[in-house]
Amino acid sequence: MRNAFAAELLTLAEENERVVLLSGDMGNNLFNAFKKRFPDRFINCGAAEANMTGIAAGMALAGLLPITYSIASFNPGRCAEQVRIDICLQNLPVIVVGVGAGFSYASLGPTHHSLEDIAWMRSLPNMTVICPGDAVETRCALRAALHHGGPAYLRLGKKNEPIVHATPPEFVLGKGISLSEGQDACLLSVGTLLPLAVEAAQILSSQGIATEVVSLHTVKPLDTALLQRIFATKKVVAVLEEHVPSGGAWSAVAEWLSMQHPTTAKARLVRCGAKDVFYTQGGNAAWAQQLSGLTVSDVCSTIASAAT
Amino acid sequence: MTILSEHFEDAMPDLNAIARQLRFDIISLSHAARAAHIGSCLSCADILAAAYNGGLNISPETAASPSRDRLVFSKGHCAAALFCALAQRGFFSREKLFAAFNKNGGLQEHPNLGAMHGVENASGSLGHGLSLGLGMALASRIEGVPFRVCVIMGDGECNEGSVWEAAMLAGAQKTANLCAVVDANRWQATGRSNEITALEPLADKWRAFGWQAVELDGHDPDTLKAALQEVGTGTRPLAIVARTIKGKGISFMEDDNNWHYRIPNEAEMNLVREELGLS
Repeated sequence: MRNAFAAELLTLAEENERVVLLSGDMGNNLFNAFKKRFPDRFINCGAAEANMTGIAAGMALAGLLPITYSIASFNPGRCAEQVRIDICLQNLPVIVVGVGAGFSYASLGPTHHSLEDIAWMRSLPNMTVICPGDAVETRCALRAALHHGGPAYLRLGKKNEPIVHATPPEFVLGKGISLSEGQDACLLSVGTLLPLAVEAAQILSSQGIATEVVSLHTVKPLDTALLQRIFATKKVVAVLEEHVPSGGAWSAVAEWLSMQHPTTAKARLVRCGAKDVFYTQGGNAAWAQQLSGLTVSDVCSTIASAAT
Repeated sequence: MTILSEHFEDAMPDLNAIARQLRFDIISLSHAARAAHIGSCLSCADILAAAYNGGLNISPETAASPSRDRLVFSKGHCAAALFCALAQRGFFSREKLFAAFNKNGGLQEHPNLGAMHGVENASGSLGHGLSLGLGMALASRIEGVPFRVCVIMGDGECNEGSVWEAAMLAGAQKTANLCAVVDANRWQATGRSNEITALEPLADKWRAFGWQAVELDGHDPDTLKAALQEVGTGTRPLAIVARTIKGKGISFMEDDNNWHYRIPNEAEMNLVREELGLS
């Protein structure tokens, strides 16, 4: 995802001279092409995310389109107040990029796990929260966030995630992308869990549980038309996310659901995601996903038991 | 410099008189609207008078110009001082200001972007302004549109780590069009600034981070104006450590930290009128 981000950023910078990249001592080689092509439009702000965020806001006030780039656990976390006040309160076109979201950096330990960032960013007025499902969506997401013209949080994985989309999908902020059909269940996949969702849906469908997969790439604003449709027609809707229960995508869907009076919901809402704990034991992303029930077999059994 | 600021330089405005009127407006506004932070507002009155009356290239007529200088007001709790200075400079009328700042008038005690004509940024949480100003200064360089940025901040505000993050990066980036004016009134909300954190030697701290730094009397608006006019002529960002007195101008408020939160009553307002010779 990060390579796709860097490549698309270069393209966008070619198209729009107001695009500026700020990095928090990250992307040593990742942005070499950008730095070479636009040395004046890249600022390494050092390991100082709060200042980087304020600088981005100041640049936006002066007419630029800044993008801040750092690790997901730091970029929205360390500078939450700067994101809130400098960017969101002033409603400025700054894209805050968090790379290595969820369990992407699982082996680096809990300081580098980013399992609360959706909650932080989703709570901010004016903020759009985007979690692309693969490298193809990442390119679309960056382009859409830039054209959106307001604050956006772009939540990325790391590199070499499986590609799901053979061709660029129609990508509209606030509109989920439906990848398959199925009348029984729907998997709302958030971010890098999309390949897992696709695989689980294939198995479920082969077991007689026809399952639709949606890339819920925009967690805020929610695609309420899509939610209306799937909750009215399925037996089970599951949210798959590398995030704690509080304030994540599942929480967002549950909040929406609780507001439906009178309700037309037929489906039961279930959740596959990180637990409300710090993951302090050693292990990689696959290990952390296993602890969280985020394996294909776990997801399949969760859906199967909820559907019957 | 624009024609307008040249006009002001030619006219040699009496900055002390402007600052005296500004002090009166600040206290009157605080009294009328029951708004606090008079002490901190008064300590920066001369800085604002200098900045808006010849120190910087800022005027109501050029408020939308991409090449205008920017005054980033970081000590947002002193919004009353900022609003009064803008009204005095003609961005809006004094009457409009009083109507807006009075209870339920729509204006809050910390500035928001666009709250009043001429307000460049939101502030109220300390330690944000220098980063914003640095971003603007860098944008000036990136876009090739020359302008200067002046960030007015408090010495208590220098508790915030983000101030020094910005100071370090500005030093490395050599943003010569950036200026930080520290209203060093030696107090913060709950005590002496230099006792709560090891603030001094303040000017040396800026120098250590790659800035030029000068210390001057923060109640001498002509000297402040001359210092601001020098911004952008060097090769490094400039820190002006303005030595000030909290509550400056009113004998019973000076260096009394109770006026961080107190609001004057009617009897005290009469004394204020008497001391300033204004009504």
